[in-house]
Amino acid sequence: MFESLDPVVLARAQFAFTVSFHIIFPAFSIGLASFLAVLEALWLWTGREVFINLFNYWLKIFAIAFGMGVVSGIVMSYQFGTNWSVFSDKTGPVLGPLMAYEVLTAFFLEAGFLGVMLFGLKRVGPKLHFMATLMVAIGTLMSAFWILSANSWMHTPAGYAVNADGQFVAADWFKLIFNPSFPYRLVHMVLAAYLTTSLVVGAVGAYHLLKNSRQPGARMMFSMAMWMLMIVAPIQIFAGDLHGLNTLEHQPAKVMAMEGHYQSHPDGAPFILFGLPDQDAAVVRYALEIPKLSSLILKHSLDAPLAGLDTVPREDWPPVPITFWSFRIMVGLGLLMAALGFLGLWVRWRGRLYDSRPTHRFALMMGPAGFVAVLAGWVTTETGRQPFTVFGLLRTVDSVSPLAAPAVASSLIAFVIVYFAVFIAGTVYILRLMAHPPHHGEEGPPGETPARAAGITPAPAIATRRLG
Amino acid sequence: MDYDLATIWALIIAFAVFVYVVMDGFDLGLGILFPLFRTKRDRDVVMNSVAPVWDGNETWLVLGGGGLFAAFPLAYAVLMPALYTPIIAMLLGLVFRGVAFEFRWRSLRERNRWDLAFFLGSLIATLAQGIALGAILQGVAVEGRAYAGGWWDWLTPFSVLTGLALVTGYALLGATWLVMKTTGELRDQAYRLSRWLLLAMLIAIVAVSAATPFLSYDYSERWFAWPNVLATAQVPLAVAIVTALLLRALTQRRDYQPFLLTLCLFALSYAGLGISIWPYVVPRSITVWQAAAPESSQLFMLVGVAILVPIILVYTAWAYWVFRGKVDPDSGYH
Repeated sequence: MFESLDPVVLARAQFAFTVSFHIIFPAFSIGLASFLAVLEALWLWTGREVFINLFNYWLKIFAIAFGMGVVSGIVMSYQFGTNWSVFSDKTGPVLGPLMAYEVLTAFFLEAGFLGVMLFGLKRVGPKLHFMATLMVAIGTLMSAFWILSANSWMHTPAGYAVNADGQFVAADWFKLIFNPSFPYRLVHMVLAAYLTTSLVVGAVGAYHLLKNSRQPGARMMFSMAMWMLMIVAPIQIFAGDLHGLNTLEHQPAKVMAMEGHYQSHPDGAPFILFGLPDQDAAVVRYALEIPKLSSLILKHSLDAPLAGLDTVPREDWPPVPITFWSFRIMVGLGLLMAALGFLGLWVRWRGRLYDSRPTHRFALMMGPAGFVAVLAGWVTTETGRQPFTVFGLLRTVDSVSPLAAPAVASSLIAFVIVYFAVFIAGTVYILRLMAHPPHHGEEGPPGETPARAAGITPAPAIATRRLG
Repeated sequence: MDYDLATIWALIIAFAVFVYVVMDGFDLGLGILFPLFRTKRDRDVVMNSVAPVWDGNETWLVLGGGGLFAAFPLAYAVLMPALYTPIIAMLLGLVFRGVAFEFRWRSLRERNRWDLAFFLGSLIATLAQGIALGAILQGVAVEGRAYAGGWWDWLTPFSVLTGLALVTGYALLGATWLVMKTTGELRDQAYRLSRWLLLAMLIAIVAVSAATPFLSYDYSERWFAWPNVLATAQVPLAVAIVTALLLRALTQRRDYQPFLLTLCLFALSYAGLGISIWPYVVPRSITVWQAAAPESSQLFMLVGVAILVPIILVYTAWAYWVFRGKVDPDSGYH
């Protein structure tokens, strides 16, 4: 029944599906781990109960999100081999070590200290427990470092040579790891993770403020989230712009696709706000344009000439409609985030931060915006790299395993069913936790005395009680 | 000094896989045994005995797979398509059981469903790992730099046998872990289970050992040729001794010995596998030297492994130390 399907298309669909699901959880847990570390630090520093209540509240949500990130991440680590074995053979010598370093410096750190973070407060005392929280947060950032280095190398390969077996080998590890697009991509992604988390925290705070504007936990969450948005969203827009200029330098075809420039513009390119790109006819239909703006954004000059896809061989074109639209979704949401941040600042200045219902409603609606923007951003950059897996060097059609269509099709179906079952359940549980406000004496790591008395003095528990 | 990076890396990956097998082995084993614990209280204790450490255990699987990708990319590129179905089944099984650790606490009504997911996920993941091992042992068809066999080559009576053997072995690890971590009736049940599972595991070891030499001339040569047999015969001899000690420890109702002796049984079986496979990474087709990544890659990673793995072992040991002792039925953070 699947014999007529193309295994390459199926393998791409499977990768896109599993990676899209996966990316959501790290994007959330990177930001949340840092948020938890900040909350625990504030609790240790000030001794205020609201911070430990919030810590325990978000810890339960973190545990679920992290669990889903782990299991979907294990899938990713094997997918290269099952569906992209030629890619694995050729890039293994350069990408493999980066991923091995991710496992060694990040995954083990997160997993090793996660147990203590979740269950160990009463066993090890607040100070050591804070160290565990910090290690988990650092682990998530290290993970981002290595995985984005590997991913960036696929976009802007550097520091490599090719051996007799057709494999990429390292010529200079420093250049390879710190390849040209890596710093931009890392900053853009980590900021995106922080934005995503602030939006979720802000939305949960807003939701409970709408019900009871005196709820102390909700006030603290909302206030912290609005500060974070106000600071990070503008930085992100600036970082995104730099990332775009870097992409223009190294992957011009991707920018042409993002901007919808099928044709070259010798004397100043317009910015296409909206339109329907038609890949076959190579035109953007119903385009709503602002003259010269594209040249101004990309070249910082109104009349700068801008090349279009007509300068690129047809077989090297990325699929314009997807890239064009996903880019607009990401940018649009980014602007809304900045708007929310400044609205927060405005109502705070007016002394209405906790009872401006329109602001709370806006924040509530923006809760999922970070996830959508992250997904849209990934679609933009990954689709924009097509038709290559390693940009300019290795084509997607030449990367795939010697696969039989029925095998990929059935595994794809299995992934879709399992992921929807598991991740919908997880989302429901997270939403259920969020539906309750953080309250006095929020249950986290429980028990008044150490859970296992043998050989452990109750001192940490007493200290905790005093501090809490 | 003359050194051989490919051999060093083969040992590192063998080490990572072994650590994975014994660490995730006991928590997968608990999943396999899960339906035998009927009460909610018992199940909570079983879950809590591994909840703080299972994630770290599973990370060794990522290091094993990731290390293979990095150090022997050719072997990774050949083995993964060859084991396509068991690998996907394993991954999906691990998805179910991994989320069950958190999900089963979130809703009373749905707890039984996630308990079932924990059991089935653990069982399927273990079966798939055992089948994959059997499929590797029996050899993989290779042409050029790619897998050249069919999509069902992995499924043979031998691979099913290794699959069942691993299920038995993990269950024994899980049962002896519970002996160590629990008290009262649950511990009594774990003792009883351990005895039966030890018997089953012995049968499994004998069956797999008896079948392996007949897979190829090489294997039998390696085990039975004179004077190799003098060395290889030590393995079954050691298995017999460890089994006797384990039986005694169970009779004397020791706390820690049964688990540690089961680890010895695993180490011996693993050494037996090593004797059969070495120096192939894809048996009968690709040796560790043919599959090795360029020296630049292997050296670069070796630095990281040499520095980081000892640190990882230290903080992992610390995490186990923090949660040492018997599990209190009323602990947990949920």
